[in-house]
Amino acid sequence: MKNVSLISAIALVAATAGSAQAQTLEKVISEGVLACGVSEGVPGFSNPNSEGVWEGLDVDICRAVATAVLGDPDAVRFSPLTSSQKILAVSSGQVDMTSRTTTWTMKRDSAEGVDFTQVVFYDGQGFMVRAESGITDANQLDSATVCVTTGTTTELNLADFARAQNITIEPVVFEGKREAVAAYESGRCDALTTDASQLGAFRTSFIDPEAHTILDTLISKEPLAPLVAHGDNQWKDIVTWTIFGLISAEELGITSENVADLAANSDNPDVQRLLGASGDTGGFVGLEGSWMKDVIASVGNYGEIFDRNLTQTLGLERGLNAQWNDGGILYAMPIR
Amino acid sequence: MTQITSEIGTKTFEPLAARGAPTQHIGPLNWLRKNLFKGWLNSLTSLVLIGVLLWVLPVMINWLFLDAVFRGNGEVCRQSAGACWPFIYEKIPVLMVGVYPQELIWRPAVAGVALLALVYLTFSDRIRGFVLIGAWLALPLFALVMIGGAFGMTEVNQSLWGGLMLSILLALVGVIVSIPLGVMLALGRFYGSPLVKALCIGFIELIRGVPLITILFMVSVMMPLFLPPEMIINNLMRIQIGMIFFSAAYMAEVIRGGLQAIPKGQTEASLALGVSPNHTILFVIVPQALRHVLPPLIGRCIALFKDTSLVIIVGLLDFLGMIKGAALDPDWLGFQTEAYFFAAFVYWLICYSLSRYGRALENRGPNGAKR
Repeated sequence: MKNVSLISAIALVAATAGSAQAQTLEKVISEGVLACGVSEGVPGFSNPNSEGVWEGLDVDICRAVATAVLGDPDAVRFSPLTSSQKILAVSSGQVDMTSRTTTWTMKRDSAEGVDFTQVVFYDGQGFMVRAESGITDANQLDSATVCVTTGTTTELNLADFARAQNITIEPVVFEGKREAVAAYESGRCDALTTDASQLGAFRTSFIDPEAHTILDTLISKEPLAPLVAHGDNQWKDIVTWTIFGLISAEELGITSENVADLAANSDNPDVQRLLGASGDTGGFVGLEGSWMKDVIASVGNYGEIFDRNLTQTLGLERGLNAQWNDGGILYAMPIR
Repeated sequence: MTQITSEIGTKTFEPLAARGAPTQHIGPLNWLRKNLFKGWLNSLTSLVLIGVLLWVLPVMINWLFLDAVFRGNGEVCRQSAGACWPFIYEKIPVLMVGVYPQELIWRPAVAGVALLALVYLTFSDRIRGFVLIGAWLALPLFALVMIGGAFGMTEVNQSLWGGLMLSILLALVGVIVSIPLGVMLALGRFYGSPLVKALCIGFIELIRGVPLITILFMVSVMMPLFLPPEMIINNLMRIQIGMIFFSAAYMAEVIRGGLQAIPKGQTEASLALGVSPNHTILFVIVPQALRHVLPPLIGRCIALFKDTSLVIIVGLLDFLGMIKGAALDPDWLGFQTEAYFFAAFVYWLICYSLSRYGRALENRGPNGAKR
């Protein structure tokens, strides 16, 4: 890609410009709306539905932050951003935050003028196989044919994985994702590999989704996290701790249904702190004491968001994205 | 009946009864022979094409109608081999207006009806001259007011505009602004002082030297970095300006071609009659030049409309963007073909109408019938 160097050069300019603009919180409050960058369409993450309303996990993170800051989950202006815009839009201040399936990498976090907040989805390259094949682990893919798109890190990851496991995998390379999926569906390959979150979406589009399984094995790390402009620590704290709040709420069993009740009656000090019944956690980041209460009441906890957008529609398992005490690596820092 | 009176008497001219066309020129068989099977090359081409049609058409008709699902949801559709029309039907509102608030959808609808009415009046030649120009200038303003909200109507932020509405708006404003701009650039390049000429050439060549995608990227991604933070022009406005500049540069070159085709005698005759130089250019040269370049001008308009689909790369969800989004709806995964088929049909419908109108325009006026 020739324009990568151009884009990173622009990003450097943006980095220096971006640090000048702090006080995103005041800007958002005075405008009464949160400008949130999302993707142009990734099923389950962000996509306008048939009523023209944005839906998805990334979208709900924007709504959660809007509720925390403005008290209204609809006070969000969604800007669909392309892959090349996602970093620049936030570093140049066109959007207040980007919640757009962006992998947290060192280069982006340091050199490109943005700060990552907290991982909302641990993605990774996975495999889909036919259920009848009886394969349950990626190690069993020895001498299997695997459909993959060309020229992507996906293809390289596959080769690395095969070498590391000392098995032979025969990649069948395609120009586009759609072609790879169609080839897999028609039986050209034994397995299909791409990001696990997308495998779920592809499976839903098959005639008989039940006939295909997504393996638990992930062969690459793709931690997807919302990002904010570099240099406004208060704003970064707000987004980060809103996400921690959503994850904590699930851990503590607070849902959108019981949140009002728990806020009034719970004796658990952790619950009281999170919902603003004791202490002033919101005050630490310049928000109301009851910030998380409103957030959970309007968008639900992390588990509800995940279930609504990814499990019910795409059949995705929690996997790595389960709570730390439930077999996953989701671990919210203590809110106190 | 012509009566000729002469010394001989009165004779009435009685024409013979009309004879039928010679038999070798009538009848379906003769029509076939004349149009499809004249010579072995034509016959071969015809046979091949008929073969292709026979092969493709049944498949198409099966997919489009016979096997198609007209009622139901994604589950029902996935079980069938044909097209899934409930998907398109359900997605029509978002395809038309994008994420525009659906309770306010009547406002773009009113603007759309106004557009259709004006299109009808223009195509059927009911309005002409200054009324026509005035109406087309007023329409985008009316549409912007209706869609964006003003005079007490709820404001709808431009980030919510999308769908076919956005595509048409971008193309309409683009064409309406870029034609006069193109005329001015062309005149500047053709008649201007050396400085004006250099500026016009510079602008035209600079814009024509880069692809539209680059311009869109420049206005959308780079421009905000160089503007002070207080001066935030919204994304849509920047993109619209970019498209106008791009279109104007091409229009200017097309129109310059028309200016060059006007014989010098026209100017000389006009000046000799005492018409001022400015009026000569405006009322003698430009109208004739525009008439000369009508076909490429219409071509540019069609191209501009199709180019609006590129705005997806700078994050505007135009018609094609919404088509892509609709195909990614978790409830309706797997119906890309239907979505793109519908997109192609709508683009074709609009572009073909434009091209028919262009043809009708060419056939009008003094030299019309000859073309």
